[in-house]
Amino acid sequence: MDLRDSREEAEFRAELRAWLAENLPETLRDHRGGAARFEGSTLSDWSRQLHEAGYAGLTWPVEYGGGGRSPRYQAIYLEESARAGAPSHVGVIGLGMAGPTIISHGTAEQKARYLSRILSAEEIWCQGFSEPGAGSDLAGVRTSARRHGDRFVVDGQKVWSSFAHVADHCILLTRSDPASTRHHGLTYLIVDMHSSGVEVRPLRQITGEAEFNEIFFEGVDVPAVNVLGEVGKGWDVAMTTLLHERGTLGFALQAQLEVSLHRLVRLARERGTTPLQRDAIAREWIETRALRYTNYRSLARLEQTGAPGPEGSISKLVWSEANQRLTKLALELLGPDAALAGERAPYDGWWQQQQLRSRGNTIEAGTSEILRNIVAERVLGLPRFR
Amino acid sequence: MDFAFTPEQDELRSSARAFLAANPHPSWLQLAELGWTGASVAPELGGSGLGFVEEGILFEETGRALLHAPFYSTVALVLPALDDDLRGEVARGAASWTFALGPLVPDLDTADRVAVVHGDGIHELEEFERDVLETVDDTRPLGVVTGGRPGRRLGDAAKILTASRRRSLVALALEACGVGRRALEYGIEHASTREQFGRPIGAYQAVSHQLATSYAELELARSTSLWAAWCVAAADPEADIAAASAKALAADAAVTACERSIQVHGGIGFTWEHVLHRLYKRALGIQAWEASSAELREAVAAHLLDGPTFDDTGA
Repeated sequence: MDLRDSREEAEFRAELRAWLAENLPETLRDHRGGAARFEGSTLSDWSRQLHEAGYAGLTWPVEYGGGGRSPRYQAIYLEESARAGAPSHVGVIGLGMAGPTIISHGTAEQKARYLSRILSAEEIWCQGFSEPGAGSDLAGVRTSARRHGDRFVVDGQKVWSSFAHVADHCILLTRSDPASTRHHGLTYLIVDMHSSGVEVRPLRQITGEAEFNEIFFEGVDVPAVNVLGEVGKGWDVAMTTLLHERGTLGFALQAQLEVSLHRLVRLARERGTTPLQRDAIAREWIETRALRYTNYRSLARLEQTGAPGPEGSISKLVWSEANQRLTKLALELLGPDAALAGERAPYDGWWQQQQLRSRGNTIEAGTSEILRNIVAERVLGLPRFR
Repeated sequence: MDFAFTPEQDELRSSARAFLAANPHPSWLQLAELGWTGASVAPELGGSGLGFVEEGILFEETGRALLHAPFYSTVALVLPALDDDLRGEVARGAASWTFALGPLVPDLDTADRVAVVHGDGIHELEEFERDVLETVDDTRPLGVVTGGRPGRRLGDAAKILTASRRRSLVALALEACGVGRRALEYGIEHASTREQFGRPIGAYQAVSHQLATSYAELELARSTSLWAAWCVAAADPEADIAAASAKALAADAAVTACERSIQVHGGIGFTWEHVLHRLYKRALGIQAWEASSAELREAVAAHLLDGPTFDDTGA
């Protein structure tokens, strides 16, 4: 056990920190997220720069253009990136979900066609899993894919898809066997978002911005060579995607939480605190450290055994609730200013926006209720609830 | 960064757990023969030459087993005050110690010797009388010493007290992790076997989610406590703040885990015959001892808010 960076890690961190200081455009620093970041080509340019400097796909195998590094370097990248206030690569869904799924299940042609363009940010990906009738219960997907010779025809609706309005491809979970139910008869497709019959409608969310979209598919032609994995075995492929979604997600979230926490402490030092607020701030600092070292423990297990440790399953659950408490505490410190929005609000309304956005944290990427079910059943071994 | 335990550390944990399960009331000499009392004492003095991370592993296991012995008092509190000869004695099991830092003294029923602060030094207390008090948690009785006079000087107070307090907070935090984890395991076992309305009660989310929440809180507490143990072992600049954080988080997590487990057990969890109340009382004792969670969080708040500048990049 040594919780300091090794020499190699310290060098990697120092190089990255210097690179970020030199290359991150001022317009992208401390970005607020949301829709504004897609305006113009700045974010794509930034993503291409990340790729050219070797920071995209750090953990991908070298043979597919990745860095071939262990997950701890991705963790360092996420920490430093958050501390510099840098936005993520525009291709996060491609890098973190679609790409690793293609590496696991794709054909040689699919790997050659898609992987390098994910890294270079030439092509952007989105995910089509959730549906109006299939949220927590993903096995209820109804979007249909009917086989016609060497093609599938896709009809249906997906929802809560980030990046869909700028995406070139979608990883889509469909029901290819109309007689099937639940986890059977599903097929995982790669769909060209520029195909005729694909319509994307932005979803305006609680913050007023539109980060997510609905996607409508009406008679969309998809070549059968775009099946990822086997026809009818889409559930297994989807589980690979979700495993990767939760892989290093904890580090990204924790790094952002630390940034928010530092801002909270600065706010408290500027505006003053009551004894109860001091106690609440200390609680959040302790919890954030607890989360950091829980992630490190999970990483150690991942590197030792190849599978993330059970402690990793609580990372997102704990983070989401911590972020909700922390942002609410910031509003309390702002006092009546918390009611303001926009430019007249302190820090351009950053805290108000963060607090409202945080309500989605316990819903997206597995609701807290589903995550507690997972802990109860898979980690604690309790009887299944259904 | 590497948060993995070595195979030797894993072996220490599993052998400690097996030993305490088979020998719930070991003698001090037995603990010495296992190498626990001298875990961090140099090999040439008869110790094992290990560090505070290994001692931390032992605190987690002795907490879990509700060990009733002056292990915490001797190893966490007093060891930093002892010279080579006295450390050798502890390693051989020839002496155990406790520290009279306030009116209440821990493990006074079992510790052989008592250290006290006198002037700017730490001394051994001589010719005193001990009065062991009735405590809620009877696995770590507290007592008061009366009379007595400071005898031989053990060392400088300032340095020893800082080291002793750090070690104490982290030892208590890891004990709490062990206590809380065992309470959770009883809860899981009961919820998996006890049936009501035709199903095991653990299938109901109102029950299972309480246990999942305990698990999450205990894992956070354990990560923080192990971080703090490493900070103490490595003399990291964050050692004091890490120790305070660990004790506040772990004591609260253990108490709450016991409370949830009692609730999940229903009536049986409320009885004297079940072990849960003993775990609960140890957790409450840990929570009350050394510093309350609120005091510790105030120390963290002062670190964050009251210094001339705030620079907490943490890496």
